[in-house]
Amino acid sequence: MRQSLVGWLLVGVLAGCASSPATPATQVAPADDTSKVAGAIDAPLFSDPFPSTYRPFPSTPVVIRGATVLTATGPVLENASVVLAEGKIVAVGNNVETPAGARIIDGSGMWVTPGLIDTHSHLGVYAAPGVSSLSDGNEATNPNTAEVWAEHSIWPHDPGFGHAIAGGVTALQVLPGSANLFGGRGVTVKPVPSRSYQGLKFPGAPHGLKMACGENPKRVYQARGPATRMGNVAGYRAAWIRAERYLAEWKKWRSDGSDEDARPNRDLQLETLAGALNGDILVHNHCYRADEMVTMIDIAAEFGYSIASFHHGVEAYKVRDILAEEGICASLWSDWWGFKLEAYDGILENIALVHEAGACAIVHSDDGHGIQRLNQDAAKAMAAGLRRGMTLDRTDAIRWITINPARALDIADVTGSLEVGKNADVVVWSGDPFSVYAKADLVFVDGALLYDRSDPDPLLMGDFMDGLIPGGAR
Amino acid sequence: MRRVLKVPVLAAFAALIMAAQISAGLAAGQTIAITGGTVHTGTGEVIQGGTVLMVDGLIAAVGVDVTIPEGARRINASGKVVTPGLFDAFTGLGVTEIGAEDNTADGSVTSDRISAAFNVADGLNPKATALAVTRVDGITRAVVAPSSFQSMFHGQSIVINLGATSFDDMVLVSPAAQYVAMGEAGARAAGGARGAATLMLREALDDTQDYARNREAYNGGRRREYAMSRLDLEALMPVVRGTMPMVVLVHRASDIRAVLRVARDYNLQLILAGVLEGHEVADEIAAAGVPVIVNSMTNLPTFESLSATYENAARLHAAGVTVVLASFDAANSRVLRQVAGFAVSYGMPHEAALQAITSVPARVFGVAEQVGSLEVGKAADAVIWTGDPFELTEWAEQVFIDGRPISDETRQKALFERYRDLTRLPPWH
Repeated sequence: MRQSLVGWLLVGVLAGCASSPATPATQVAPADDTSKVAGAIDAPLFSDPFPSTYRPFPSTPVVIRGATVLTATGPVLENASVVLAEGKIVAVGNNVETPAGARIIDGSGMWVTPGLIDTHSHLGVYAAPGVSSLSDGNEATNPNTAEVWAEHSIWPHDPGFGHAIAGGVTALQVLPGSANLFGGRGVTVKPVPSRSYQGLKFPGAPHGLKMACGENPKRVYQARGPATRMGNVAGYRAAWIRAERYLAEWKKWRSDGSDEDARPNRDLQLETLAGALNGDILVHNHCYRADEMVTMIDIAAEFGYSIASFHHGVEAYKVRDILAEEGICASLWSDWWGFKLEAYDGILENIALVHEAGACAIVHSDDGHGIQRLNQDAAKAMAAGLRRGMTLDRTDAIRWITINPARALDIADVTGSLEVGKNADVVVWSGDPFSVYAKADLVFVDGALLYDRSDPDPLLMGDFMDGLIPGGAR
Repeated sequence: MRRVLKVPVLAAFAALIMAAQISAGLAAGQTIAITGGTVHTGTGEVIQGGTVLMVDGLIAAVGVDVTIPEGARRINASGKVVTPGLFDAFTGLGVTEIGAEDNTADGSVTSDRISAAFNVADGLNPKATALAVTRVDGITRAVVAPSSFQSMFHGQSIVINLGATSFDDMVLVSPAAQYVAMGEAGARAAGGARGAATLMLREALDDTQDYARNREAYNGGRRREYAMSRLDLEALMPVVRGTMPMVVLVHRASDIRAVLRVARDYNLQLILAGVLEGHEVADEIAAAGVPVIVNSMTNLPTFESLSATYENAARLHAAGVTVVLASFDAANSRVLRQVAGFAVSYGMPHEAALQAITSVPARVFGVAEQVGSLEVGKAADAVIWTGDPFELTEWAEQVFIDGRPISDETRQKALFERYRDLTRLPPWH
């Protein structure tokens, strides 16, 4: 967590960590390459007792015409059209057919991108208005709380969700904080109005497991331990050893015919860890320092799990070749540094260098305001690389906030790029999205126009803001 | 309590400028002409294809018809944008190396004996890493403000020059202003209620007035005890005399009104900071002639900022309030130009936003004679940008402070270069 200078800014979020999907060691995975590490068994070990109840909002066919289109997987398309129908992208290009009854949007002067995706958010679990009774992101009672699920802390009325969609975000992972070695499960959601968190859950998206390196866990547990980095590592390994046995026990039970009378006892903590070992749950690992990332890679190898993404990784540039080789994404800030020692070596070129090395670079927020301007942070990261003479352009930078985070969350087969057949998660920008002056004017989620800047639906802000401001929220 | 004000002597200015116009050779320092750029002077004026002439550390001329002295170094800024060095009016720069490491952080004090008297100045470290990191992004002057999580009175700020290496050259004004937290933070410090916070503020001001009138008696032990220490009362004397600004951190509209009442009753030189609900009471702030320091990039509500909006800066400006934009950051003060761009994106005129990070803070903190704009006689703080400085896709190509080109060497650049070529490092494993 980064504290603002005088405590007046609302920067309130703890560091989290992210895991990486078990993708092969390519730098930037093709959109269809989202296969998980081969698990020992095909089906997830346990079904989700809190299934998604999200259904797409009503939509009509839409054609956005004459816009500049960044697909996130191809070149910039000038004067192009994007066609949305029945919740999906049905055409992208210069010659498209207009479905019957389609709403035509004049996109001249506007830019179209995929909906933005944030791998690291605490919306809902550290909800606005930021009072102590809404501080639900860190179960800081034990260094291993793999048994808790961030979704059970999500307050769906956090106005931050409405502001996130106004910033062009259509999917985000909500993670527990970084107080613990194992903080618990993260969940991927859509920032849409809902009475329950189940109504936000991204259908089919796997859970994340939040792990944390370094300063935070060792600071929180000084008295009982871990109190050192070596204590941290012992804590991870001890937990994985128990999880290995638990997984083996369940796998054996299943291969022996799943006899109800012989069913092993369930343990919620080990269930999460075993799910990660089995490839059902993606490890998202908060880790700032390069040397600690290398240690975590060794631990992952020792126990046979994959890291979907390191999070924060201000030193990712130091091990970018290793990240590329291992196929681990790096979820990074554009410019945060210096607020603690493990953030001391942060450099503006971090994201550009990671990208250049062929690793999966991601701009993440970890912040309720940052999530509203992921595009601006991508702009900063792009400029930092250009300033040093690197070869980069907007087709690279757009990946950092769309397809790459989709890959880290293992949802790239359905979102993260403007490709035919994918969910119609689409943003129409007032101009070049890497301009500080650009705004997300229209945001479609599964083809439904959820956010319209000219007439924003107060429903997006949740119940909390209702009637609080005379004349309505602005 | 004397304020260190280094106002250059006007006669010296005139002599220098004359010397510059006659012959660069007469001036001891460098003569640099930035030519051909789009020059934003920081006063609202925009000169296409303008020249900025810097002689001996000062601006000697700005305009399209500038005679460039023989021997001057010419820098072609065609197609580029030239602005004054940026002025960040609320930072923790130079007094903190690593935020979370207390031993390296000297921006706040937790003491029963010292609150208002605390001055960040002697903790200033010209070698603080963030100073170089910040100035290469175009920020040349800053207010270094104290902070506190315990006391209502945070202490006194200073105005610094980010291009200097010695304490004397770095500090333009010390102390510059007194800082007080009201609203939720003030209430917390005052025992849990806003009413107590305003009461304690009034008590401190009353006591200071009494102390000022009865110093001798107090020192002779013939005066009642005051709630604050002698040092704190001394520090508050220029505040009650109205010669030093009091910066009050406050957000909620009703809290802003409460602070305006106190300022009126005591005739204070008030500056409001934070002010997330300022747009609700913009007319009253304007009528009181009180400047505000805001960060445009906050819109999530708290119970003291339920109406927070990205349009805050624009609406305050439209109401006639003097608006200063600031980062409210330490290590990452370089977000200042994003703060300005964001304000423009949400309705503040571009030139007003530029002034809000150059000439306006210079005026609000009493150093407008020296810095804040590209005007003849002022310190030659200038930045050549690759384009619109508010666009995050552009960057500062060259920064000048006091007429000297600033090196782009920083710890961060050193790290970048160390890791630019990984083949130089031993292989993994």
